[in-house]
Amino acid sequence: VDTQFIQLTCTSTEPSLYTVKAVLILDNDGDRLYAKYYDDTYPTVKEQKAFEKNIFNKTHRTDSEIALLEGLTVVYKSNIDLFFYVIGSSHENELMLMAVLNCLFDSLSQMLRKNVERRALLENMEGLFLAVDEIVDGGVILESDPQQVVHRVALRGDDVPLTEQTVTQVLQSAKEQIKWSLLR
Amino acid sequence: MIKKFDKKDEESGKIAEFVLKQKVCFYLQARIFNETPINPRRCLHILTKIIYLLNQGEHFGTTEATEAFFAMTRLFQSNDQTLRRMCYLTIKEMANISEDVIIVTSSLTKDMTGKEDVYRGPAIRALCRITDTTMLQAIERYMKQAIVDKVPSVSSSALVSSLHMVKMSYDVVKRWVNEAQEAASSDNIMVQYHALGLLYHLRKNDRLAVTKMLNKFTKSGLKSPFAYCMLIRIASKLLDETEGGHDSPLFDFIESCLRNKNEMVVYEAASAIVHMPNCTARELAPAVSVLQLFCSSPKAALRYAAVRTLNKVAMKHPSAVTACNLDLENLITDSNRSIATLAITTLLKTGSESSVDRLMKQISSFVSEISDEFKVVVVQAISALCQKYPRKHSVMMNFLSNMLRDDGGFEYKRAIVDCIISIIEENPESKETGLAHLCEFIEDCEHTVLATKILHLLGKEGPRTPQPSKYIRFIFNRVVLESEAVRAAAVSALAKFGAQNDDLLPSVLVLLQRCMMDSDDEVRDRATFYMNVLQQKQKALNAAYIFNGLSVSIPGLEKSLHQYTLEPSEKPFDMKTVPLATAPITEQKTEIAPVATSKLPEKLAPSRQDIYQEQLAAIPEFQGLGPLFKSSEPVQLTEAETEYVVRCIKHTFAGHMVFQFDCTNTLNDQLLQKVPHFSYKTWSPRRPMRSYIWVIYASCLFAVSCTFSCTMKYLVRDCDPNTGEPDDDGYDDEYVLEDLEVTVADHIQKVLKPNFGAAWDEVGDEFEKEETFALASVRTLDEAVGNIISFLGMQPCERSDKVPENKNSHVLFLAGELMNISGIGAGKLALLKSQDRCSISSGYNHQDSSLHHMRIYQFNPIVLQSVAFGFLSERVNKIEICI
Repeated sequence: VDTQFIQLTCTSTEPSLYTVKAVLILDNDGDRLYAKYYDDTYPTVKEQKAFEKNIFNKTHRTDSEIALLEGLTVVYKSNIDLFFYVIGSSHENELMLMAVLNCLFDSLSQMLRKNVERRALLENMEGLFLAVDEIVDGGVILESDPQQVVHRVALRGDDVPLTEQTVTQVLQSAKEQIKWSLLR
Repeated sequence: MIKKFDKKDEESGKIAEFVLKQKVCFYLQARIFNETPINPRRCLHILTKIIYLLNQGEHFGTTEATEAFFAMTRLFQSNDQTLRRMCYLTIKEMANISEDVIIVTSSLTKDMTGKEDVYRGPAIRALCRITDTTMLQAIERYMKQAIVDKVPSVSSSALVSSLHMVKMSYDVVKRWVNEAQEAASSDNIMVQYHALGLLYHLRKNDRLAVTKMLNKFTKSGLKSPFAYCMLIRIASKLLDETEGGHDSPLFDFIESCLRNKNEMVVYEAASAIVHMPNCTARELAPAVSVLQLFCSSPKAALRYAAVRTLNKVAMKHPSAVTACNLDLENLITDSNRSIATLAITTLLKTGSESSVDRLMKQISSFVSEISDEFKVVVVQAISALCQKYPRKHSVMMNFLSNMLRDDGGFEYKRAIVDCIISIIEENPESKETGLAHLCEFIEDCEHTVLATKILHLLGKEGPRTPQPSKYIRFIFNRVVLESEAVRAAAVSALAKFGAQNDDLLPSVLVLLQRCMMDSDDEVRDRATFYMNVLQQKQKALNAAYIFNGLSVSIPGLEKSLHQYTLEPSEKPFDMKTVPLATAPITEQKTEIAPVATSKLPEKLAPSRQDIYQEQLAAIPEFQGLGPLFKSSEPVQLTEAETEYVVRCIKHTFAGHMVFQFDCTNTLNDQLLQKVPHFSYKTWSPRRPMRSYIWVIYASCLFAVSCTFSCTMKYLVRDCDPNTGEPDDDGYDDEYVLEDLEVTVADHIQKVLKPNFGAAWDEVGDEFEKEETFALASVRTLDEAVGNIISFLGMQPCERSDKVPENKNSHVLFLAGELMNISGIGAGKLALLKSQDRCSISSGYNHQDSSLHHMRIYQFNPIVLQSVAFGFLSERVNKIEICI
């Protein structure tokens, strides 16, 4: 008679906080602007890029928000020349992935003052890096409220408190705000 | 802090990107880090560049990375917020490629406990990324404080980081349960969610604790929709494991979530109910009606989620979904093609026979626009439809053959081929059209796997069709045109035609003769082998070597041959020492979930039995037992929800039987220990433990059936559920388990005979026995078939385990090998239903039926009796499992 300990094996349906497999931002040629993979579904850069290419080909012509690709659920959104993707397992709650995508987009939209386009993004890459870091940590949804994300990223950027602004700056920003309200 | 890299560039972001893409020369850049005073803007720019490059997949050498990393550490002197935050990111990104990242520990510890709330959360996450178990203990105090911190970002960061650390340092993190518990009652929705996730992760192996936790949170209510989703998942898993009835409070909780005001929660609850096994239509109804509402949502993701889930419901309960047919029809024109496809396939499952043609037309209009994944879903829906409306098979077959001609990847083509094959198997009258389509397909097929599969099918089915000769041309074309693997498969298929059809034999021999000149070894060998077998013109040889090939386990054969080469001996290698292949578990209709498995390499997975064989072989005491003959399915010896859960697997060897007991202690406040005469080992909570008992048969018996009563004896030591520290004193205790039965099935191994008729003839008449038995307790033929198969443990062949509807008699073909006896036994059981009573008849020529055979080849008479009467000897034995 012999006794031995055996390890527990985890089943695939284990409830878990690990929700997001990847967050991607591609430009309108399908090139990677930002990509963060949280597990080993695509371990090498080569496999990742192939996956991104496939995703882009299948999604860039349609504006349909959700798809199933390579056995994964992909939620996406495009704006001008940018494509945002959040990827999760096909068993994942699609609305949770959607919450992540919306949070990312809205946070960036605030940080870039509604200029969600390639060039503005490239000029504010650190803002993007910090925002994604606040939204997803290692595949776990860390925050889903864009206000909180923007607050935590705390990019001061041009947002110098009013007291420190010069008169011309104040005038300038007032002008812009009027212009925006007229344009609307 | 303005972050414009190149203001002059007005045209586009191209130049800014160009600057980013230049590979950083670290010697030069690091100098900027060393400037005094630190220029935050320039340093920030460089850190952004580094992270950008890493993100683009740029490779950094270890030396290069380490140098940059060390230079970066100096930036902790600056108090610029964004710069500091970028330092944390750089640390995380470089943790794997740079050496000695550990040197930033003290800086990070300082930030995580400092006054700046903006730093604390990210610092915790960066610190946990680079920390190991020993260091984790050093910062344990801070982590505990951070978990209960009132700033949500700090608490969330600490909880999520703890969750990441569980994999590596379970024993440390589990001491933070009380803090996590406190965080779970936080007002912040994310903190609540993260705390719940961590708590569950720490307690998931302790069912009692999970139950308690669920009770607490389902009663107190949570604010976070994410946390609700998590609770629903935990509850449905628990329901599944405990096989709890649907009157359980857990089910009530899930159902109550259907009325939650957040769509995410409502959907999660509906999806959980839909995925529960054994849900009745009434229990499904509320879930289906919320999904129906979602079908008309303006959000594509919600429509998608709803229709995908309805699609799953439709597989098991098509009638439950019919109420949504109108909403689904509207979705056919959805601009999202995935939604449209799912809607159509759902309709195919729920629709009536008359709507099939219309729906099929609609599908063909857009099938080229959808991704392969969804094409596979469509094919699977068609496959299900064929089973439901067999009369429609010609429409489907046409549709499928058109799809087969279109472009598509391997998975797609395979799904179509599988679907056609299943139609052929279900509807004998569609066999010839189906085979014709497949023949056409292999004429131009780039997938070797599919070509060989179809050739195999042609070899199996072709010779039994009225006109076997017409397939010969298709098969021989493969020999001329294809790769080695396909040529070899074609040769095997040709041989089967030769063996079954005497009039074709001369031409087959001529063709095989040609194949003997092939450039490939395997093709030549097969041709030569079949040629020689066929020339003998003996039925038995044909059956053994052409129709029904090897029945041994391939990994087992490999191991035995390896062993044989290691120990040179005079004796020739004996095939009988090789364990039999466990017959493939009859494939249940795979769940129609559009999950691509193409990423997994096609590898021959070792069967369950091969795994057991390996585990047993690793134990020195079991070295001399020879090959494992059969391992039973696990038998539960306790109820599911008891303090100790014990199950037993019976391993049969020639002359021995080994009982493997897997015991799990579900109490986390008890430590169980063995009685002293075994080596001193402890059984801690939640860990399964395995023990073996070895029984030797009395030599005169070939097979025994008996019952063992089991008792578990052990020493109990109470322990603290939180720390795991046991008390010093323990007491002896006993636990009575359910009886363990050794049955006939434990001594018979399933063997699959693809051509049962040939195997039956091979056995010969002299071993035939006939007897009639009445099965008093069995009411239907289906039930009788199921009972006989599980009782005898033999393999049903030729799909004879499926009883056609509205039949009063049925013949079941069974094949199996009895332990200790060479040769294969085959049983042909005729089942007869008369006046609501089933009788299994294995006797000759009753007046009313001519098909009553039971022939058992070389079976010891004792076995026949035991087959008939259940147990050879009703001895009650006693097993004590000592821990």
